[in-house]
Amino acid sequence: MLRRDLIAGLSGFAVALASGGRGGFAQVPAPKLDRILLLVELKGGNDGLNTVIPYADPVYAQARPRLAIARDKVVQLDERVGFNPALQPLMTSWAARDLAVLQGVGYPYPNRSHFRSIEIWDTASAASQTLTEGWMAQAFAGVPRGAGRRIDSIVVDTNALPATGGDLHTIVMQDAEAFIAEARAMKGMGTGSVHGNPALEHVLKVRAEVNAASVGLAERMRGAPAPGKPYAAEGFGRQLDLATRIVLARVPVVAVKVGLGSFDTHARQHETHERLLGQLADGLATFRHNMMSAGRWNDVLVLTYSEFGRRLKQNASEGTDHGAAAPQFAMGGAVKGGLHGVHPSLTDLQDGDVKHGVDFRTVFGTVARRWWGLPRDFGVRNARPLDFLA
Amino acid sequence: MDNPISPMVTRQAMLRRGVAGAIALGAPAIVARPALAAGAGFDEIRHLLSRTGFGPRPDEISALEALDYAGAVDRVLGAWRPQAGTPAPAWVGMALAQTRARQREFQQRRETAAAAPKSEPSMADATGAPPARPRGAAMEPKPLVNANPIQEQGRELRNWWVEEMLATDQPLVERMVLFWHGHFTSALQKVRFAPAMFHQNALFRRHALGNFGALLRDVARDPAMLVYLDNAQNRASQPNENFARELLELFTLGEGHYAESDIKAAARAFTGWSIDRDSGAYRFYPAAHDSGPKTLLGQTGDLDGGDVVDILLRQPRTAELIVGKLWREFVSLKPDGAEIARLATAFRAANYEIRPLLKALLSSATFRDAASRGGLIKSPVELIVGTVRVLGLPVPEKTRLVRAMQSLGQVPFEPPNVKGWAGGEAWITTSTLLMRQQIMRRIIEASTVAMADGAGTGMMARPGRRMDRREQMAGDDATMQLPPDDSTPVEGRSLRDAGMSARVGGALAGLDAGMLTRTLVPVVPRVPPTAGASAGRIVAALLLDPVFQLK
Repeated sequence: MLRRDLIAGLSGFAVALASGGRGGFAQVPAPKLDRILLLVELKGGNDGLNTVIPYADPVYAQARPRLAIARDKVVQLDERVGFNPALQPLMTSWAARDLAVLQGVGYPYPNRSHFRSIEIWDTASAASQTLTEGWMAQAFAGVPRGAGRRIDSIVVDTNALPATGGDLHTIVMQDAEAFIAEARAMKGMGTGSVHGNPALEHVLKVRAEVNAASVGLAERMRGAPAPGKPYAAEGFGRQLDLATRIVLARVPVVAVKVGLGSFDTHARQHETHERLLGQLADGLATFRHNMMSAGRWNDVLVLTYSEFGRRLKQNASEGTDHGAAAPQFAMGGAVKGGLHGVHPSLTDLQDGDVKHGVDFRTVFGTVARRWWGLPRDFGVRNARPLDFLA
Repeated sequence: MDNPISPMVTRQAMLRRGVAGAIALGAPAIVARPALAAGAGFDEIRHLLSRTGFGPRPDEISALEALDYAGAVDRVLGAWRPQAGTPAPAWVGMALAQTRARQREFQQRRETAAAAPKSEPSMADATGAPPARPRGAAMEPKPLVNANPIQEQGRELRNWWVEEMLATDQPLVERMVLFWHGHFTSALQKVRFAPAMFHQNALFRRHALGNFGALLRDVARDPAMLVYLDNAQNRASQPNENFARELLELFTLGEGHYAESDIKAAARAFTGWSIDRDSGAYRFYPAAHDSGPKTLLGQTGDLDGGDVVDILLRQPRTAELIVGKLWREFVSLKPDGAEIARLATAFRAANYEIRPLLKALLSSATFRDAASRGGLIKSPVELIVGTVRVLGLPVPEKTRLVRAMQSLGQVPFEPPNVKGWAGGEAWITTSTLLMRQQIMRRIIEASTVAMADGAGTGMMARPGRRMDRREQMAGDDATMQLPPDDSTPVEGRSLRDAGMSARVGGALAGLDAGMLTRTLVPVVPRVPPTAGASAGRIVAALLLDPVFQLK
């Protein structure tokens, strides 16, 4: 991984040099460690075509006689595409132009295995390449983060891969209070060397992380303000509640990850998909409200992703099978709202799936560069990244 | 990495128990008898049993201690029953149509109740339950009639299996059933037909230590699997690839060892393999089957699902994938490619018989190397079942144990996704490590009080009591709450103090510090037992030691 990091770092540096017209060498900025990415994983493969809907294209309705969203129900964004009606709560953000829709994001030679494809995304790999470190861990490799920082990212979900590896300190927590109480109870256990037992090494390493992390976190989270506007009580709402408390408590992290699912809608997709999109839109709209009323909207960037989109044609079970390219959403005070990229063609398909126009690694590269000030390109050369961040 | 207690002392301690007082307590030295000297020894037997069962008890270890190692392995792999001993839940014979009808009735009752005014007091309130029950329920004499039938069946199903794991005398069968469940995944949440999940578990039992080929053939017709991976809706007019893809990717060949065209061919071969809409049993629908020519992994013909399984069983990758997973389950987190390839070749050549393969794994040099001990991480199920077993803690109601497993990331019958539980180091995160410690503390508190008071309290709920049921089903509260009863020590009485006064009961009674250590943990604990501490205190410290997470 080290080699890959090095290469990624160097080539990012090279890109910064080449595009030096706007400031040249001095353009490479200092890392911005006071900015937080809220990474939202849509687990199971979100159906992009019923999320950002190409309603004006007759092929859409033809390919999905039972699943197409009726044109008059689509929340139109322009004369070609629109939102699933369940995304209505995001329209405030859209109108305020702090919601970007990144269209047709994917990668070459798409893999349709859930596990392999999410691994490709989480580690910013090419389809032919197996990396083990998460893309955020790669992004922060070798970046000094200040002596006082013990935690770099908090995962409020079960999949921590994007933030795993390297020297990125990631903790997984489902409940702040339980976490702090337990960490306190766990202190004071013996430490010492371990000879050749990786399982024990792992247990001890995790324990040391907990101890280190808990020291500052306990103080920060104690008495932290509650979100101004409450979230739904179920899974995704609870995750966003914790994420909000982390931001409001000014816990110094660069990323918080949450997850929502399952979007793996092989059968009877309609109800499940609209319910999940509704949870997503409600949750993110509430998050935006809470960040704005706390004056933190410029300090957070929300980015959604999913392992793949779904096939253009519906299957016989009123569902859709695994596909390839799909849209991502970016939200935040620094986001340049609107549609970015072009909606993929519904006739120029590959194995029945729409093709990607934007490599997801360039999206991650833009986040690294513009959001955190880290010159990274994750191995994609000659990229023409989407201009969705100020 | 051996424990720092001399084997001599151990043998002495064991003899003291085993030979029932024939030897005076505290006798300075015992001359080992030849029969014992030939035995594999306490530590190696403990290793074998901890890897193939749940937290071995001293009596289970001493029963094999005198055998040589090969004999002990044979005993572990010996005669096995392919059925569970715990009586099945009453509803396992229920047909799909009946289950659906009950669920619809429930939904309707709930909707009616939601629409009705709530002023009328409910008879159910007399038991002390909060007055939020649906009105229609008030007239119903039987308790829990208002429970969601699917949720209630799921609860009974999980409890049934946990009970079997606790009660069984053949823990390896349970471990293998759990292994196959994590490999050939299905989840009740998606299947929504509990009898099918029970029958799938019975299928894994039938083949637990039997033949992998036969298992794979049955899995492809298993109703829970057909629903879980949507093959029930796979028809010639529009194939659904879900089952075919996972069959190749996760169940047999592994990702990267097939082409997309193979997935499509396999999906077509399985068209029409579905379930009967009334009974929920396997049923083949000839009209939905695609009988055209297909090419799978270079073989062309009018292939059906059975042919697909045959072709997959001829692929060396299939045996390698299974052996690799079993290696990780029983031997080591570090794969040994050459050894796995060798065992896989033998596995395939011997027609996929599981027992000889397990024997080879358990007899391998890597497994037997003393440095391997404590090299695997206990799964949540192993941790909880093993701890309750070794402490002999009475837990008549299993729901709390299932909840503890849930908070650690492993619920029986609910694997997180089709790939099953990731296992290994993934079991331990900052979050789950904290939770493991918390659960251990609850168990210790419960066990010390249970022993001290001579009656089971603490961990146990009182079964059948409405309030308890209600509490058990409520939400996903990750902590284990002790019932609010009079004898609860919880935080007021600290664990260590409780351990000081409480006796350790059951199988651990009478063991000294050294034997407690060698029984409960696989390697030297991080915090060695305090000299002169009480047995209760030593057990408490060992359960909270990081090495207790290992096997």
